[in-house]
Amino acid sequence: MLELKNISYVVEEKNSKIEILKDVNLSIGDGFVAITGPNGGGKSTLAKIVAGIIKPTSGQIILDGEDITDLSITERAKKGISFAFQQPVKFKGITVKDLLTLAAGKETSINEACNILSEVGLCAKDYINREVNASLSGGELKRIEIAMILARSTKISIFDEPEAGIDLWSFNSLIKVFENMHEKVKGSIIIISHQERILNTADQIILLGKGYVDKVGTKEEIFPDLMKDAVNVACDKLVGGNK
Amino acid sequence: MDAIQKSLLEELAGIHEVPEGAYNIRANGKAVGRNSSANIDIVPKDDKPGIDIIIKPGTKHESVHIPVIISESGLKDLVYNDFYIGEDCDVTIVAGCGIHNCGDQESAHDGIHSFHLAKNAKVKYIEKHIGVGDGNGKNVMNPQTFLELDENAYFEMETSQIKGIDSTVRNTEGTLGNNATLIIKEKLMTHGSQVAKTNFKVELNGTGSSANVISRSVAKEKSKQEFLSHILGNAECYGHTECDAIIMDEAVVTAIPELTAANVEASLIHEAAIGKIAGEQLIKLMTLGLTEQEAEEQIINGFLK
Repeated sequence: MLELKNISYVVEEKNSKIEILKDVNLSIGDGFVAITGPNGGGKSTLAKIVAGIIKPTSGQIILDGEDITDLSITERAKKGISFAFQQPVKFKGITVKDLLTLAAGKETSINEACNILSEVGLCAKDYINREVNASLSGGELKRIEIAMILARSTKISIFDEPEAGIDLWSFNSLIKVFENMHEKVKGSIIIISHQERILNTADQIILLGKGYVDKVGTKEEIFPDLMKDAVNVACDKLVGGNK
Repeated sequence: MDAIQKSLLEELAGIHEVPEGAYNIRANGKAVGRNSSANIDIVPKDDKPGIDIIIKPGTKHESVHIPVIISESGLKDLVYNDFYIGEDCDVTIVAGCGIHNCGDQESAHDGIHSFHLAKNAKVKYIEKHIGVGDGNGKNVMNPQTFLELDENAYFEMETSQIKGIDSTVRNTEGTLGNNATLIIKEKLMTHGSQVAKTNFKVELNGTGSSANVISRSVAKEKSKQEFLSHILGNAECYGHTECDAIIMDEAVVTAIPELTAANVEASLIHEAAIGKIAGEQLIKLMTLGLTEQEAEEQIINGFLK
């Protein structure tokens, strides 16, 4: 169980304070949890705060009853938090197998690595010794990013827009990855997404507005509002365009 | 050979006792083992320290090991090794120098190597430089390499110097004939107050000749590195030189590209990038459970792999 208590994050820019997150309170149990909402609403910031990459201005992060607010990225990773970046990182000279081994925290056999890679739709023999550098496409890097989280199989897994850039790989496969993962590990799978099909699979949807939790509920409860918002945004644009 | 020399030899050339095939092992300025093979002749020089290595035309899939080890503090070793590689050869040459300096005097090795490749000869040349020791003596190496590639010859050089060498000036010069190919991959890591200077000068004289000079280096602490690469295109040719360096702490890295095209059909490219380890790379590895220091090690190991 992951709990966020009164999380705020304020950045200072040109002598003015911008509130990225305002008093966010959430409790996330086992299962699929989707976080959605407008761009710039603070979704990625929230994920980075959970992973320890960003320190909140105030508030507490509690993992299974333990306050982890002051723990480092490494310590949180060791306690079972995994985070798939929206923009995967490239490395010169480090191979796919190296990263999977580091993610698993133990020597990964070719077989194990192959299984993980085929789950994310990559043919293992073509990729296992490839360097994770600029020679890989955005979609390939994204799948490797997801594969690392699979290799870790921890109790909290956060994916920041996992669907971005993986056009050729069907959504069904991606969703299947999450389902398999949940079956194996249980735990919480937190997915930041704009995709209706991903939101559809979520047990719980968190709608993050401009830095605050707008609504939390099942898809039946959230979807009508989402649609209304989408229409409003579109209308605003149209009206704006006519001015 | 004593235990220190044996362990240096193993690290240097991956060999335990005597290597297979032709070899010449030099320890503390003297030859301690030499073996010629049916196709590879190793002959000591009369006029100066060093050997001539003569490889018969058509020799394929054979290797020559010529490691040098120095375990005596204060020894200054100078050696001339000349390689004559016959037509249509395909061979691997493993050289390198290991210094184990426990004393407080400067130990030095200056290896001056020349390679003469006849037509269609193919050589893979691996050179490692290692320095260890617990004394205060400095380890100095100044390797010089001269390459002469005849028509259609191919020379691939892998050189690495990872820590331990306090001062090095590497000088490598090559001339290439028609359709000859030269590939140089340099890996370098300096730390403490080490100084490493690299000069490459490649003359592309033959039509269709090509050179690719790649350097990857890591400069730590207060060390200094200088990379100078000069490619001259005197014919229809292709030349590429690349310097990619990670800089840390208070280190200084200088990259100086120099391209001279003396033919309109010469195509020459230089790339250089110097920068610190990207913060996002560290963060990514830390989210996998590595400490910042472990993450740094992984990134550097990968970079220099």
